[in-house]
Amino acid sequence: MEAVKINQLHLDDLPWIVEYDENKCIQCGRCTAACSFGAIKPVVEKRRKPSTGLQKPAFDRLLVIKQNVSFEHHCRGCGMCTRVCPNGAIKAVRNPNDKYSVRYRAAKADSVKKGGRSNLNTEGRTLDKIKIGRISQMTDPSLDAARHQFELRTPFGRVLSADKLSLHNVNGKMELSSQLPPNRWIYPIIMGDMSIGAVSWRMWEAMAIATAYLNEVMGMPVRMCTGEGGIPVRLLKSRYVKYMILQIASGHFGWNRIIQSMPEMTEDPAGILIKIGQGAKPGDGGLLMASKVAKYVQEIRGVPRADLLSPPTHQGLYSIEESVQKMFLSMNAAFNFRVPVAIKTAASVTSVSVYNNLLRDPYNIVGGFFLDGLAAGTGAAHEISLNHTGHPITSKLRDCYLAAVHQGRQGEIPLFAGGGLGQTGSFAADAFKLICLGANGVFTGRMLLEIAGCIGNETGKCNACNTGLCPAGIATQDLCLTKRLDIDVAAQNIVNYFIANDIELKKLMGPVGNSTLPIGRSDALITVDKHISNRLDIQYIC
Amino acid sequence: MCRIGAIKSKKYLHPSIALKLMRSQQKGHDNSGFAFVMQDLGGIFSAYKELPTLSMAATVEGTRRAEDILHNLGFTRVLQWSPEINNQKGLKIEPMPNYIFESFQYPKSHKYATKEEKEELLIDTALLLRHELEKDNLGFIYSFWPDVLTLKEIGSPRDIGTYFGLWEENDELCAKIITAQCRQNTNYDIVRYAAHPFFLEGYTVLANGENTFFEKNRDYQQSLYKGYIGFESDSQCFLYTLHYVNKILNWPVQYYKHTITPLPYEEIEQREDRDVLLRIKASLSHLEINGPNTIFGVLPNGELLCVCDAKKLRPVVVGQTEETVIMTSEVTGINDILPDRDTSKDIYPNEKETIIVNNDLTVERWKQ
Repeated sequence: MEAVKINQLHLDDLPWIVEYDENKCIQCGRCTAACSFGAIKPVVEKRRKPSTGLQKPAFDRLLVIKQNVSFEHHCRGCGMCTRVCPNGAIKAVRNPNDKYSVRYRAAKADSVKKGGRSNLNTEGRTLDKIKIGRISQMTDPSLDAARHQFELRTPFGRVLSADKLSLHNVNGKMELSSQLPPNRWIYPIIMGDMSIGAVSWRMWEAMAIATAYLNEVMGMPVRMCTGEGGIPVRLLKSRYVKYMILQIASGHFGWNRIIQSMPEMTEDPAGILIKIGQGAKPGDGGLLMASKVAKYVQEIRGVPRADLLSPPTHQGLYSIEESVQKMFLSMNAAFNFRVPVAIKTAASVTSVSVYNNLLRDPYNIVGGFFLDGLAAGTGAAHEISLNHTGHPITSKLRDCYLAAVHQGRQGEIPLFAGGGLGQTGSFAADAFKLICLGANGVFTGRMLLEIAGCIGNETGKCNACNTGLCPAGIATQDLCLTKRLDIDVAAQNIVNYFIANDIELKKLMGPVGNSTLPIGRSDALITVDKHISNRLDIQYIC
Repeated sequence: MCRIGAIKSKKYLHPSIALKLMRSQQKGHDNSGFAFVMQDLGGIFSAYKELPTLSMAATVEGTRRAEDILHNLGFTRVLQWSPEINNQKGLKIEPMPNYIFESFQYPKSHKYATKEEKEELLIDTALLLRHELEKDNLGFIYSFWPDVLTLKEIGSPRDIGTYFGLWEENDELCAKIITAQCRQNTNYDIVRYAAHPFFLEGYTVLANGENTFFEKNRDYQQSLYKGYIGFESDSQCFLYTLHYVNKILNWPVQYYKHTITPLPYEEIEQREDRDVLLRIKASLSHLEINGPNTIFGVLPNGELLCVCDAKKLRPVVVGQTEETVIMTSEVTGINDILPDRDTSKDIYPNEKETIIVNNDLTVERWKQ
């Protein structure tokens, strides 16, 4: 009896199985060249020729495509092979008997890592169960979304209550008598924070180009956050930096260069975002595998080629008070109190406590609260963090807004929400609903990747951002792979997506009769889910 | 839709003029109620202009309880007046048992009190009275303030006029400023408190339209000041914002318009006062209105005010003679009251204007 090596990794253990039709294959080799994971290879197979059985067996040799069975080179289901095959001879099929993550832990004594997004999806999407139900009919007119003038701007930066504005009356006109915290009016959708390193420089450049175009040609004051990976010095010294929100996180990557360049900067940045945590892997620091730390990434960040781990907490900051006094003050002081300084945290059971503390800080220097929800994406994380930690964005955003309402301080620290927006196709609808629930605006990173060509999804397709082998040229620094991403086309697609969302946001503002953003207007929302109705304090309908 | 009217005159007018102003506009409302506020009073109240007058509709028990509270606080009644009731058969009205209009001397403890201290006493007393009467559904406190008289009732405006004998002019009841609304108002329950005009500490506001940012306004106003209560009508928010901007913040009244309908960012950017306007736009964004509205107001100094929403979606016209200025929803109402006026002087305010009628009846048009 043949010995079966039951403990060896087998094709049937892998998450994806490659189906290959040798009759259609013309042996052009495109699929193997396209597979960035090395999951398929050309091999020569021995085949027995048909015979009557009386003859001596005869064999043939056939060139075929075969799937690799290994932890390092297994198929991620990205589908690049199918895309390049001229005859449709090959495709990856999801394996319902997948045992990969069990096998990996047993073999490697290590946690499973991946990139992309959570694949568990046990919660369902609250935002999909909410509709915009307060439509202006005979009580007041709906607005014509195509012709009416709408204003899609939201304040970014600390807003003081009216009685603290230091306004005084000079011959019937109010005048400001002292310097106030910086405040800017920006587009309510912010391009989320993805670093050079986490994404390829070509992807990052596409976003930066799109940002400049949206501002200077389309007149849309969209802001882009750099992520924690620095910013090219030429951009830093250019006038375009005014559209960029510089991020600082626990690794402080890139800040050496930023500080050295400050004397030569001609414009202030749009803001500074202090990242405490992110929604996809809350309580876990940033993780950039050495394979993605290319030479220019080393230069911008000022680091050697190694796994770059941002600690889960900022050095020396162990309380909100310390954070406010040290980090916020120093970041405010860095640009002479002219630039809004905001904070980004992962949505958590503790978010309201944090927000309350920031609202009550006596220095009025926290200029925005970015809440990142459970369904956000990431370049790399431990699978256990991605799948099992975090807090959905919707109820937490609502909690924070209502906590501010309770104190009569809504709007003082603008709320920005992110994490899984647009997952089911309607980014503008998700944004609008969160704005009605109290967000001043939203941010997204994952949507930008999808616009640029990311083929990953929430059901295990690809999700290999951590490998540095992104088949779309987005989450990689491999020079060959990054070439797959056409910077100009990606930038154009991002611009188009923003324009489309702008139209769609107006298509929602018109029916509720509002020409400005309905921030906190939860009376416009309804839900068929009684629990959601109770939790979010919106109207239950059936 | 509501129909609203505001009249300011150099001579004392009887409230029948308000009924007549609204009569020809009745196709624009639903005949479900009538309410008016009279300020700068003449007639029997003219001798007590400095003293607070209580306007109340209550049950017998409610009346007794309110008077007990006032007595215990040290207020002394100096005048009581009630309308003569004509309870004819078939009138479409849901009257309360008592309609009380009483003027009071301040408590002795406030003999040497400042104006601010007296005002504080009046608002606290009005809130207490409302609270006590509301507990057992005993009645309604409409205003408790010097030189102000308020009546609100559910039913047909014509029949309400008949019931209270308001169609007959007399010298007893008259004022130089009368604001009125037909329709009990509200898309929700029939509640007397929901009827315009609304009054708070010398400020009167009435409006027509829908406040689509009602929830935002209410959520913010609830914690701004003790007098911002009720919210039975979404239009009360307009009063509270006027009071907050002009009285609490002590900003000139032109900033009311900048608060409720802030200019678009790009327009503000072109202005010299952009820094101030952008700060106001951000700080008071929750007081913005974003619906179709025309708002009339009376300021504590007796000036009339009119502003519209930023889209100008509700009608309004201002007509004037040497003696009288009227602002109302439809010109037909003014034609009835001031048929001989120079119609070329009629003003149809636009979306960026604030109309102010001064005490010498000059009409100012301020551009936002």
